[in-house]
Formats: sequence, C-alpha cells, structure tokens
Amino acid sequence: MFAFIAQTLRIAMPYLFASAGGVVSERAGLIGLTLEGYMLSAAFCAALGSYFGGGPWPGILAAIAGGALGGLLYGVCSIRYRANQVVVGIAINLLAIGLTRFFLRLTFDSSSNSPRIPGFAAQGTGMTALVANPLVWLGLLSLPFIAWLLYRTPFGLRMRAVGEHPAAAQSVGVRVGRVQWIAVALSGALAGLGGAYLALDQHQFTDQMTAGRGFIALAATIFGRWDPKRVAVACLLFAAAETLQIQLQGAQMLPSQFVEMIPYVLTIVALAGVVGKAIPPAALGRGSD
Amino acid sequence: MIRLSDIYKTFGSVQANRGACLDVVDREIHALVGENGAGKSTLMRILSGMFPPDSGTVEVNGADVTGWATADAIEAGVGMVHQHFMLVPTLTVTENIMLGAEITSGLQLDGRKAEAQVRALMERTGLAVPPRQRVGDLSVGEAQRVEILKALYRGARVLILDEPTAVLSPPEVEELWRVLRRLREDGGTIVLITHKLDEVMAISDTITVMRQGATVGRLTTRQTTPAEIARMMVGRDVALPERRADAGVARQTTAPLLEVRDLVVATARRANAVDRVSLAVAPGEIVGIAGVEGNGQTELIEAIAGLRSPSAGQILFDGREVTLAGVRERGDLGLAHIPEDRHERGLVLDYPLFDNLILGQQHHFTRRAGALDTQRIGAHAAGVIDRFDVRPRDATLPARALSGGNQQKIVIGREMGDAQRFRILLAAQPTRGVDVGAIEFIHDQLRAARAAGKAILLVSADLTEVLALSDRIAVMYGGRIVTVVPGATATAEQLGPFMTGAAIRPTGTAS
Amino acid sequence: MSRAKLEEALLPPVVAMLVALLVGDLLILSFGQSPGAVYKQLLEGTWGNAYGLGQVLYKATTLAFTGLAVGIPLRAGLFNIGAESQLAAGGFAAALVGLALPAGLPSLLVLPIYVIAAGVAGGVVGGVPGVLKARFGAHEVITTIMLNFVVLALLNYLISTRFKVHDTLHTAEIRSGSVPRLSDFAAAFHGSAANTIIALVAVVVWATWWFLFKSRAGYELRAVGLQPGAAEYGGVSVGRVWWQAMALGGAIAGVGGLNYVLGYKHYYEEGFAAGAGFLGIAVALVGRNHPLGIAVAAILFGTLSQGGLAVNALVPKQMVDVLQAVVIIAMATAVPEVRRALASVRTQRDEPAAVQDER
Repeated sequence: MFAFIAQTLRIAMPYLFASAGGVVSERAGLIGLTLEGYMLSAAFCAALGSYFGGGPWPGILAAIAGGALGGLLYGVCSIRYRANQVVVGIAINLLAIGLTRFFLRLTFDSSSNSPRIPGFAAQGTGMTALVANPLVWLGLLSLPFIAWLLYRTPFGLRMRAVGEHPAAAQSVGVRVGRVQWIAVALSGALAGLGGAYLALDQHQFTDQMTAGRGFIALAATIFGRWDPKRVAVACLLFAAAETLQIQLQGAQMLPSQFVEMIPYVLTIVALAGVVGKAIPPAALGRGSD
Repeated sequence: MIRLSDIYKTFGSVQANRGACLDVVDREIHALVGENGAGKSTLMRILSGMFPPDSGTVEVNGADVTGWATADAIEAGVGMVHQHFMLVPTLTVTENIMLGAEITSGLQLDGRKAEAQVRALMERTGLAVPPRQRVGDLSVGEAQRVEILKALYRGARVLILDEPTAVLSPPEVEELWRVLRRLREDGGTIVLITHKLDEVMAISDTITVMRQGATVGRLTTRQTTPAEIARMMVGRDVALPERRADAGVARQTTAPLLEVRDLVVATARRANAVDRVSLAVAPGEIVGIAGVEGNGQTELIEAIAGLRSPSAGQILFDGREVTLAGVRERGDLGLAHIPEDRHERGLVLDYPLFDNLILGQQHHFTRRAGALDTQRIGAHAAGVIDRFDVRPRDATLPARALSGGNQQKIVIGREMGDAQRFRILLAAQPTRGVDVGAIEFIHDQLRAARAAGKAILLVSADLTEVLALSDRIAVMYGGRIVTVVPGATATAEQLGPFMTGAAIRPTGTAS
Repeated sequence: MSRAKLEEALLPPVVAMLVALLVGDLLILSFGQSPGAVYKQLLEGTWGNAYGLGQVLYKATTLAFTGLAVGIPLRAGLFNIGAESQLAAGGFAAALVGLALPAGLPSLLVLPIYVIAAGVAGGVVGGVPGVLKARFGAHEVITTIMLNFVVLALLNYLISTRFKVHDTLHTAEIRSGSVPRLSDFAAAFHGSAANTIIALVAVVVWATWWFLFKSRAGYELRAVGLQPGAAEYGGVSVGRVWWQAMALGGAIAGVGGLNYVLGYKHYYEEGFAAGAGFLGIAVALVGRNHPLGIAVAAILFGTLSQGGLAVNALVPKQMVDVLQAVVIIAMATAVPEVRRALASVRTQRDEPAAVQDER
C-alpha cells in the first residue's frame, strides 16, 4: 500500500507542478498548450545547473529560470503581439524539443542524454526517498498555493477577472497585460519545477523526457475544471491509474496503451459535457481578437 | 469641472471625433446628445481614460490630464458606466465592485469588510442588489445598479453613463432618474450619453449636441425645445416621420401570408423569452412590433426566420406549416429577412459585395457539380448595386469598406431586390445606424413592398418609425404581445403604458 | 489579387524567414561554424543535386497533405491539431488494406481502394472532434490534441500486439499497389524516396483550391469561418460545416499516409508521421491558408527538414527543428503586426476618401 502511494506521488509530481502552472495560465486567459515545452526546457536547465553547479539546488533554480523564460517568450508573442495562442503554443513546444536537442549536442555532445547529474541524496522509489526530497513537498503545496492565490488574494481576483472579461478588468484600472505577464512567468516557473523534478529524479536529462506529461497536466487542468482542488484530484487520479497499470503489468490485465489513454479520454468526455460540462474561462485564448 | 477641447480621434478609417468639445460644471446633470455614430461614446471613453485622443486636451478640475489611464481617472473621481456592462459574470456583486480597488488584510482579501462597505454604500444611495449573488444571475436592471455602485465605490464624483436606458423598462428608467437626482443632491456631477430627446428634457440641466464627431452646440435645457435639439443633431430641419393613411386595404379580405400561433421560444436565460405569441400579417400589410429592446422581439424574429427553434407553437407561411423548416427552405418559400445586426448576421464583412449579395441564395447561383456561377453572380451584383445606388459602385470591395447606410442597402438589395422571390419580409431595426438619407430610402422601400402586396413584420426600437410605417402595432413586453392597436390612430402616449408593462391585459393576440 | 492583398500575404513569411535566418546564424556561431558555409551546404544538399531534391519533394508531399489538413478546417474557423494522428491512421489503414489485397494487382486499379481506406480512417479521426465541436461545443484544439495521444496509443497497441513483424515496429510489406518512384523515370533521383504520390498531391491541391474558392460548399465553408452568425442566417448549418471540414481535413491527412506506405517503405511503421502533422500547422500558416501557398510552404519546410541532414556534419541537424519553430512563432507574431502596420499606413493614405464615404 505504501509502495502504491509512494509511486503514485512520484508519478503525480510533474503533473501537480505543471497543472498548477496550467491553472494559473488558463485562468488568466492564456491557453496552457506550452506546459510541455516549459517542462522540457526546464528539465534540461535543471540538468545543466545541477551538473555544473554540483548539486540539485542550482539545478532547481536554473529550471525555474528556464521555465519562466519560456513563459515570457509565450508572453511576448501572445500578450505583447497578440499572436494566436494555439499556434505559438505548439511552436514553443517544438522549439523546446529543438533547443534542448541542439544544446544537448553542444554541451554534452550527445543526442540522447546528459551525463549523470546529482539529485537529492536518498535513493530508491520508496516513501523515505520521497519524504527526503524537498521538491515533493513543494509539489504537494503547489496547487494549494494556487488555490490560495486565486481565491484569497487581490491578484487572484484580478486574474479571475482578466480570464473571464479582460475589458471589464481594464475598465476598473486592472492592468490586464501585467496580470497576464505575471501569470505566464509563474506558470512557466511552476511547470519548470515539474521539469526539475523529472531530471533530478532520473539523475539525467534525456531527449524528450517529458513524453507528453505537459499535456497530461493540461488534461488534468481541464478535467479539474480549472479549480485547483479538483485539478489536484485529477492529477492524483491519473497518476494512480498509471501506478496501477505498472503494478499489474505482470498480470497482463490491461495493456499499458489503454491506461495511457485514460487522461485524454476523460478530458474529451469532460469537454463534451457528457457528465457535468467543463466550461473554460470565457476569455481563454481570445488575445488574438 | 471638466473641459474637453478640440478632441480628434481616428479608428482605422473612421474619424470618430474631430474637434469635439465639452464643458461640464459641478453638480449638474449634463446630457451629451447626438445621433448614432456622432462620436459621443468615443469622447467619453477618452475622458474616462480608456484611450488617449489623437490631439486635443482633457482638463479635470483645472489640471491637464490628457491621455491619462483608467486608473488615473478613477483616482480623480471620474467613473464611467458603459453601455455594454463591464462586469465579470462569474464573480459576485461584491467582488465586481471591489475589483481593482480591493480591500485587504495583510496579503489577503478581506471579504467581510468589503461586503460591509458595499452594504453601507447601497444603503446610502438606495441602489440595492444582493452582495453575494453571482453577477451572471442578475437582471439587466440589477446589473446596471452594480455598475453605478462600482463607480461610486471608487469615490466617483463625476459619473458618465453611456445610453443607460437602452436596456431598461420605463419604471426602471424612472428609478434611475431618482438615483441620479439623489447623486446630484449629494454633490455629484453626471454626464449622460443619449439620443433620446424625452430623456434629455426630463433629466438634464445642460445639453451638449454632437454631430459627425464634432460639437455643434451647448444648450440650457430649460431654454430649449426638442425641435431645436433635433435640428442641431441632424444639421437641418427634421420632418418628424409623417403618418401615411394609405394602408391596410387588402388585409380584411385576404388570408394571412405569415401566421404565428402560440409561439414559445426559450433562451439560455429565459424559458419563455417569447411567451405564447400569436400574430398574423396579411398581404399588403405592415405589422409593427413596438417595445423596449430585450422583451422577446429578437427571439420572435429569429424563430420566424428559422434561426432559433421554438419550444412550442406553430409558424405558417401562406397556410403552410414551416415551424421545423430550415432557413434555406423558408427563403425558398418566400421569406426575406433584414436582420437586426448586419455586422453579425446580415453580411460577411470580409466577403466582397458580389458574394454578400447572394448570401442565403447561393444555391440559386450554382451550376452543375456544385460550382458557383460567377458570371451570374457578377451580373446580379452589378444590377443590385445599380438599382439600390450602393456607393462606391465596386462589387469587389469587401462589405467592411462600406458605410453603414450602404451596407444596409446591400442587405436590403439582396433581400428585397427580387420582387418575384419574396412574399414575406421580416424587417428588424431596418434603419439602425444608417444616415438620414438612407432612412428615407429604406422607408420608401418598405412602403413600396407593402403596395406590392408583401406581408411585412417590422420590429424597431424607434417608436416613431413603428408609428410612421405600421398598419397595425403590436406591443411586446416580457415576451408577450400585450396589446394590438390600429396604426392609423396610435400615439406614443397610448403605447407607452403597454411598453412599460404598466397596462397589461391578461392575454394579447393579434389576429 | 490586389497589391495590398499580396503585400499582406507575402510580408509575414518574408519577415519570418529573416528572423529564422538570424536565429540560425546565432546557433551556427554558437557551434563555432560559419553561417555562410552552413547555409551553402544546406542549399547544396537539397536543391544542389537530384537526390537531395528528391528527398525534399518526398518530404514536401507529406507536408502538403498535412498542411491542407490543417488549412481546410482553419478556413472554417477550426484548428486541427490532429493531423499527426490522422496521418498515422491513414497510413495504418492503407497498410491493413495492402496486407489483405492479393499480390500483383496493378497499382492504378488498387490506388482508389487505398485512397478510400486511408481517407476514411483519417476522416474518422478528424471527424470525431468535429462532431464533438458541432454537437457539444467541445473545443477542437484540445480534443484533437488529446485524440492524437489516444489514436497513437491505440495504433501502438495494435502494432505491438497483432501486426508487427517480429523484432520490428512495422507491419509486413503490402503485396500490391506500390507506386513507382521518381527514379524509375529519371535515374538521377536514385536513392531518394520521391515517388508518384506527388502527382496525387498536386491534384489534391488543385481540387482544394477549386473547392474553397469556386464551389458553393467552399463559399459556405469560408462564410462559417469568417462569420458563423452570417452563415447561419444564409441558410448554412454551421455545425455540419464544422464536422465536415474536420472530416475532410482528416481525410486528406490520412491520404498523406500513402506517401510513406505506397511510395516509400510499403509497410506501416510506428512513428512514421514523425511530427509531419504538427509541421502541417506551420505549413498552413506560412502558406497563408491558401492551397497554392500551402504547396509552396510545404516545399520550403521540406527543404528545411532535408537540409538538416545535409548540414549535420557541420552543426547538429536539430538546428533545423529550432528554425522551423522560429518560423512558426515569427509568422504568428508577424501576421497581426503586419496587418496593423499596413492598416495604419492605408488609413493615412486613404483618409479623405474614407471620411467622404462616412457621410
């Protein structure tokens, strides 16, 4: 049982971080298609920082910076120039793949992975290793923090207004652009922590190591209807399904491909509104109008 | 003390303000009047800091504040209540009111304190709304109260209201006047944007008239007359639309061409936006529907046009049931439709005129294998543009490039150009946002269609238009037809109480 | 096409290419190479010899299919991010048909069967999000992305459990219907994957152009994309156009799978789409959503893809992935900016006339 919970949490970590970023971005009206790219580039930054800095903390800082930088690039295009968010989002993901591959060759002269990097001391997959990893604690706190930010602070109120009706927010003196800039940077930093977790957990960066986790986080954001509490539940649910599949692998009960589909199918079902329709923030993606 | 001098502002190809001026003194209700598109809203948005003028100066209390931001304007006590509410539907009343001026304790919002302040403000001003209600669940009148509260909460001493009565019923209007007078007594200054002269006379102290982006006069309300204001608004003497008593000859003897029976239409917000409406329009007859906007007229027209499915009732064209028929089928059965919003529905703004002139009839301009017949389309366009005097006379221009009046001529030319094709006409707000010359042209077209034996259902927010054209007038209120009167003898005084819901008969049927 | 329209259509791609060149310079310099040498190598390795050109044409063929698959729904106002899985599904369906057909049938006879199979498979994958949009209002961007993962996982399952040749990730070879390579006609193309499916894509490009701009259905589809309210008023069923446009886009992406299955390897292989679906978005964007533009943009992106391999000795070929992404970003950013800039220039120029008109 402990093993099950431990593994679920381990799998859930990147989802929790990135979907916290997804909630922030989407509640401010910016589509969260870029989470995958933030995570991937941040994972690479984590490897760089941790390899050259000689410990996990420089890696974490580098990952936060890398993710936030990705967010700011998204901001330049979608906030400053009001480019189409879908197009830019897809392109930023492609850019992250290309840049990490390029710099992997440049810095580590490899097309597949970085050398081993230092992570947090405790080894293994059990509960003790988890508890010893400060990133796990941060991950568990990420969505509660976003909930607090969103519902309890003036900035959160402004963000909710900006995502629903930017003109209304602007008309009372809320600086819509600034709220969105902060949101994309925060979103990138949070997803970046998810990338850092991945790289440090595996003690290396590997090409395309995020493997669609950013999109699972986006699925959790939507399936959780943009509400941090529900999103956290969605992340844990998706992670638990994966854990179950891994632990039952020997029994050949359910092909892994079908477990992989679960988050995506659930999200499609939620969007189609078969059971309780997921209604996105009204101004989501509207920047280009 | 507000002074705007020589303001110029251009959007794309439209010059919204050119040399506009405004002087408002403290503690007055100042009416800013002018026709649609005269530049009133633009001028007030410049004052409230939504965008800067291209040139000219804005002074408030003696200080030059030209080009200030919304936040600065709010800081200086200038607040604007927009025509389209600037409210976030998913937030509560209190959250909307404090947005941008949040009350905090430490890092957090202080919801309790905010609500107490909002309640106190409501008490003081007499504007009551449940503070914890989601704004999306409020009625239009309540939402407007929230808008006013929002401005007052920020300490607004100058309140700008942009066409505040457009969405209100007459009792709500009276209530609004009471609130505004009370604000003036408490030392507030109010600028009211409107084009309704009865409102101007009822509430204002001073009047500034705008025409085509410029200020054309400043009047003291007590020393002027509606006729004088109207003349300044339009730039020449206005013949108030005259009554023609030449109508309604054929209808007694003929069966109706358009008939609606017990129609019920539901919208997302109201289960009975149209509530058991029955009416009939005979050939050679114009039936006008009067009423405050938002009382089900739009839904009624859309249901008849096939754009909205009714939840109960029947629609018949010349005795044939079309309740479930598609838009195209109705068109082929002789329905023409001038939609109320030509930018949204009536035109594809980026399509060239020749493509716009076949919208809805594209299947009649198709050759074998589904190809469009470009030659016929071109000839058709040239013909309509010629007959309806559309300018510029270039069928390859996108509809977007035309003025409002010429855009409407495209719609009317398309819908009414082929007299063989249509027998029933739905004309919704046919003269909205078009210039005076085009209004006369459009009215002539409607009268000519009546003379040719068409059945016309006219909806207009402009009561004088309904009075001038209709053989019979039905008044809609709350989704129902509350009275039907002969057009020849109807007066605004007679219809007023019905439009306000003040004199509702139990059931109203027009047949 | 008027001068203004041409300006608006061509300026953004030109701006985007310049930005990409600049970023490319930086990357090349960071690797200690000379940009001039690298770009020269890139051109020589693509357009400089028949083999390179053949590879460019082969890649451009698939990209033209996926570009149209994105471009057609976009004309109806919908974003098809699912071309990747539609392409894969089409290729897979073609391979299954190929395995079922008896050996030795003439290609021209069975080609229609392949087109139908691949088109139907891609069309279903594209049509589902279209129906979900039309029926439930589910946002097609999210559903197509999510469906990519679902469909690719499903194909992966089918391949790995039922259809793969032992120790590979591909099916057995199809027995009939392979189309000739270009090298069969001109020996210089020898070794390149360029094949006669390129003729099919030329037909599809022309047919798409005719459909969009000359047919009634295209008139209605574009009206839906520009102004759904007006289309509805004009008697067009918006929901139906939505799902049909998505299904048509999906079908075209699906047929694109034939380029690999019939023209190149003669089997379906896991991962053959390799990002061509996502690049289709770039192709549609740079091609300004016009079939001819899409064809040109497909050749451009095909050149970049092949060029990456050509310069791999000097700089990592991944540089090209970066450049492609930069082109998309710069393009998306330049379009609204160029439009605004042109609008303001024109306003100044045309002001007197416009004001006259207002009166």
